[in-house]
Amino acid sequence: MSKFSKKRGKASPAISTASLPDIIFMLLFFFMMVTVLRDSDLKLQVNTPEATQLTKLDEKSLVNYIYIGRPTQQYQSVYGTSPRIQLGDKISTVDDIPLFLEQHKVKLPEAKRSRITSSLRVDGEVTMGIVQDVKTKLRKSNQLKINYSAGKRTGNLD
Amino acid sequence: MAKTKTRDRMNNEINAGSMADIAFLLLIFFLVTTTIAEDKGILVKLPPWSDEEPDITRLKERNVFSVLVNAQNQLLVREEPARIGELRERAKEFIMNPTKRPDLAEGPRNAIISLKNDRGTDYDTYLAVYNELKGAYDDLWDELSQRRYGQPYSEEMPFAQRKAIRDEIPMVLSEAEPTNFGEEQ
Repeated sequence: MSKFSKKRGKASPAISTASLPDIIFMLLFFFMMVTVLRDSDLKLQVNTPEATQLTKLDEKSLVNYIYIGRPTQQYQSVYGTSPRIQLGDKISTVDDIPLFLEQHKVKLPEAKRSRITSSLRVDGEVTMGIVQDVKTKLRKSNQLKINYSAGKRTGNLD
Repeated sequence: MAKTKTRDRMNNEINAGSMADIAFLLLIFFLVTTTIAEDKGILVKLPPWSDEEPDITRLKERNVFSVLVNAQNQLLVREEPARIGELRERAKEFIMNPTKRPDLAEGPRNAIISLKNDRGTDYDTYLAVYNELKGAYDDLWDELSQRRYGQPYSEEMPFAQRKAIRDEIPMVLSEAEPTNFGEEQ
C-alpha cells in the first residue's frame, strides 16, 4: 500500500523538453550535410528532355557533368546564341574535354576509375551536331559510360 | 529590498526552451533549400573508338532494323516513314519475331538495331527515339524475367539471372556516324 501511495503522492512531472534542441540539431546537421549548394553556376540554358527508361546515378563523386545548351540571356553578348559546351563552370570547346575528364579522374582512387560516368545534360532543342562531337571526343578519350540526363515522363508519346 | 529581488532572478539559468525554436527555424530553412538532387537519365555504353567504320553489309538484311532520323525530325524505319509512338512495338516484334516472319530477325540473338541520325536532328527527338528502342529491350527483358523468375527485370536481381536474360536477348544497338544534310543551329 505504502508503495503506491508514495508514487501517487509525487506530482507527475512534465516531460522534459531539454533534449528537444539536441534532436532538432541532429536533424539540422543531417540536412546541412545533404544540402548541395549548387556547385557550378550554369551559364547555359539547359532543359533536359523527358524519357521513361531511366536509371538512377547513385555515386555522385563518380559523375562528371557536361552541359550543352544555348547561353542564357546575360551571357549572350559574350558567347553568342549558338549552342555551347560548359565544363565545370566555364564555357569550353570539345578540345577541353580530355583535360576536364583527366582532372576529374585524378581525384578518385584507382579502383573506382572504371566506374566514372559522364552525364550529358543537354538542352532538348539543341541539334545533334554538337552532341555528336562531344560523343566522339568522349569515345576517343576512352570515357565510354555516359548518361543522357533526362526527367521522368508521365504522359504518353503521341 | 527590491534590489536583492532582481539579483535573485539573475541567478536563474538561461531558459533553453527557445533553443528548439531557433533550431527549428534553421531546420526549416535547410529543408526548404535542400533539393536532394537526383540525377537520372538513360545510361549508355559507347563503343570504343576505332578509325574504321564497322561493316554492316555482311549482315543479313532481315536481321537489321534500321532507324533513320533526318534533320526535320522525321523517322524512316526499314525504308518506310514511321512515328515514334509505334517504334517500340515494332522493335519488339522485330526482335522476337513471334510469328516467324521471313522479313524479321532470325532470333533475338541475331537482331541488330541500327540507329542513324543527322547532325541537324533535334536532341529531343533523338533521345525520344533512343528511349523507345531501349524501352523495347527493357520490356522484353521484363517479360522474359517474369516468365522465368516470376519478377520483373531489375538491377537487384542476382547477377547470374540478369546475365542469363541478357544472353538470351542481347541488346545490340549500333549507332552509325550521322549524316550531315541538315542545318545545325
